[in-house]
Amino acid sequence: MNILVFLAPFSLGLGLIGLGFFWWSLRADQYDDPVGDAERILLDDPEDRPAT
Amino acid sequence: VALTVETGRAPDLSAFLKRDGGETRLDLLVPGARCAACLGKIERGLTALPGVSTARLNLTSHKLAVTFKPGAADAGQVLKTLDRLGYQAQPYDPGRAKVEHDREGRRLVLAMAVAGFGVMNTMMFSVPLWAGIFGQELGPASRTLMMWLSGAVATPCALYAGMPFFQSAWRSLRVGRANMDVPISLGVLLALGISISETLLHGRDAYFDAAVSLLFLLLIGRWLDHQLRARARSAAEDLVALQSAPATVIDAEGRTVSVPVGEVKPGMVVLLRPGERVPVDAEVESGLSELDNSVLTGESRPVAVRPGQVVRAGALNIGGALRLRALVAAEDSALAGIARLVEAGAQSRSRYVRLADKAAALYVPVVHTLAALTFAGGWALGLDPRQALIRAVAVLIITCPCALGLAVPAVQITASARLFRRGVLVKSGAALERLAEVDHVVFDKTGVLTEGRPSLLDGDTAALRLAAPLARASSHPLARALAREAGDGPVAEDARETPGEGVEAVIEGRVARLGRAGFVGAKAMPRGETEIWFGFDGGEAWRFAFSDRLRPDAAQTLRALEARGLTVEIVSGDLDAPVAEAARSLGVAAWRAGVWPAEKAEAVAGLKAQGRKVLMVGDGLNDTAALAGAHCAMAPGAALDAAQNAADLVFSGEGLMAVVDAYDVARSARTHALENFGLSALYNVIAAPAAMLGLINPFVAAIAMSGSSLVVTLNALRTGVRARSEKEMGVKERAAAR
Repeated sequence: MNILVFLAPFSLGLGLIGLGFFWWSLRADQYDDPVGDAERILLDDPEDRPAT
Repeated sequence: VALTVETGRAPDLSAFLKRDGGETRLDLLVPGARCAACLGKIERGLTALPGVSTARLNLTSHKLAVTFKPGAADAGQVLKTLDRLGYQAQPYDPGRAKVEHDREGRRLVLAMAVAGFGVMNTMMFSVPLWAGIFGQELGPASRTLMMWLSGAVATPCALYAGMPFFQSAWRSLRVGRANMDVPISLGVLLALGISISETLLHGRDAYFDAAVSLLFLLLIGRWLDHQLRARARSAAEDLVALQSAPATVIDAEGRTVSVPVGEVKPGMVVLLRPGERVPVDAEVESGLSELDNSVLTGESRPVAVRPGQVVRAGALNIGGALRLRALVAAEDSALAGIARLVEAGAQSRSRYVRLADKAAALYVPVVHTLAALTFAGGWALGLDPRQALIRAVAVLIITCPCALGLAVPAVQITASARLFRRGVLVKSGAALERLAEVDHVVFDKTGVLTEGRPSLLDGDTAALRLAAPLARASSHPLARALAREAGDGPVAEDARETPGEGVEAVIEGRVARLGRAGFVGAKAMPRGETEIWFGFDGGEAWRFAFSDRLRPDAAQTLRALEARGLTVEIVSGDLDAPVAEAARSLGVAAWRAGVWPAEKAEAVAGLKAQGRKVLMVGDGLNDTAALAGAHCAMAPGAALDAAQNAADLVFSGEGLMAVVDAYDVARSARTHALENFGLSALYNVIAAPAAMLGLINPFVAAIAMSGSSLVVTLNALRTGVRARSEKEMGVKERAAAR
């Protein structure tokens, strides 16, 4: 059972990291344009092409 | 709005430009941008312009932000490029729209995330506890450890995630009422309290997981409700921002300056170009023109104005340019009086008691009495006080209105999503509840039952062909209607337009005129129709008559409403003859014409006093007071902004059948909401006695709670399915248009 002393805080810590990331993404306006962002990854950005 | 005027003039956008470091920023609303292709096309097309540094389109809100170097590019170029790409854009002032970050929404999402985290991690410790209940190996020491751990995770999460409920409950208790949040808060806090004390006393029953999962499920309902309101609010704010078209003021040195309408002061000279609306009540200083007063009176015929006459704010200039002297400030204009009536209507509407609150009023006393009885009865029948208290808390937890909290929002979000796909925007959940109660429908005529723009009644086809080049050269609404009828073709060169009179040009070597009878040289007798004349100098003259055509599905809509047991009435500000004609061809017996804005509101208030629940469908400024005063209000998407703001639902597109669709879906939503209440009640009837008898343990509570929420949500998804399907509707509308 001693393993609990290590595992329980560890799994809680992982959960908290996830929660922290969610909080950050909310603050950083990541959900401002869900429709546009979903479409945007499919577009070929002309600037990404190697210079010719 | 009776007449729409499109002018070719480039708008003055200087009021919408913002300095941002060394760059200028322009915010535009591009309603037509709806796909990935649009995104690429617009952003690439604009950044290709010299001087434009960034262009970013938000596909969710259809807003476009463009930054460019002042001097190297200008706003007109941006609009022209968008136009060439096939998109209509309107300048948008985010400062005015107060699109502040949606704080409440973010707090709810964050509370939901914290509750979600709490549920998942408390479960980690709850599962062993449940296993213990069913006789699996779990020593008392391990059980206490698990309870401590789940308490350590659940308590802070529940306290944070519960804040929206605690605050709302406290607000409602302070004014001496109990809303749904009171039993929720009480249930959560008691569950936490009893679980902590059980943990300290090495007991068996800890409801930590129930407390957080309850909050998590309730927050989903709360967030859905918030989303519904937020979407409508942002639509309303878009309208406010678009409304902020500036007024053009001529200053002492004769320069033209564009200023916000709110800053126009009495005595200022305002330049009113064709296609603009009169910003404040004013007197005409110079110029001749025609004004369209339809938003004020509902009368569709243009009125000629000359120097010395007083013009009212909101009237649309459809003739030549006018110089106006402002008589009053914007807040004292004719518009403001209507705005006050609207405010009064909105206040009376905010007193409406929503379905969920009605349910709470019934539910709260019953549940709390039951819990108190359980405690007192259990103690009296020989349980020790601690056991009796645990049972009482179990009653509160198991009956906590989890399903009730989801019952209404889940239905309303489904209903409004279905309506949204059919082009109807629902502004709030309460609007759907009110719409379902309606028993009488009052229609405005111009722009609601009719198309709101003139169309050609009769006229010689050969003459139409001859007149078309002249008509295309003019921006007058009647000329435009004529041009629309004639289709594409050549435009008369060197056409000269005389404001308020007509347009003339040389066609086939002869001077041709299109305009008033006197201007063309025809002898006309007034025939009660809107008309325009065409003729060659010294030759024959032809007459074209126009009328505002009824919407193709107007009659069908009225029949459908009557078939649903609603009574229908037309109340219009237009003259007797056109209203009588419309009523006759639509088969409506009850109609009133020549009604002033305040009288419209009185008519609605009178019906209300008789106990009728009125649905008002209107589009003009003259309807806004009546819209705000009615039990429920709808406005077409082409309506004036003020009317759309006063309405509960806005429908876009040409079809009037949207009114019937909205009514059907609202009825269906109410049926399903009531069914959901029934399901929750059934669940409580079974669960509450079980809890009172002590048959409930934390595991059963967790299953019962999520099970009832799931049932309610699934039932909500059926809302509006049996109303006309989208495919069927498309077929009917196309047939009607033909």
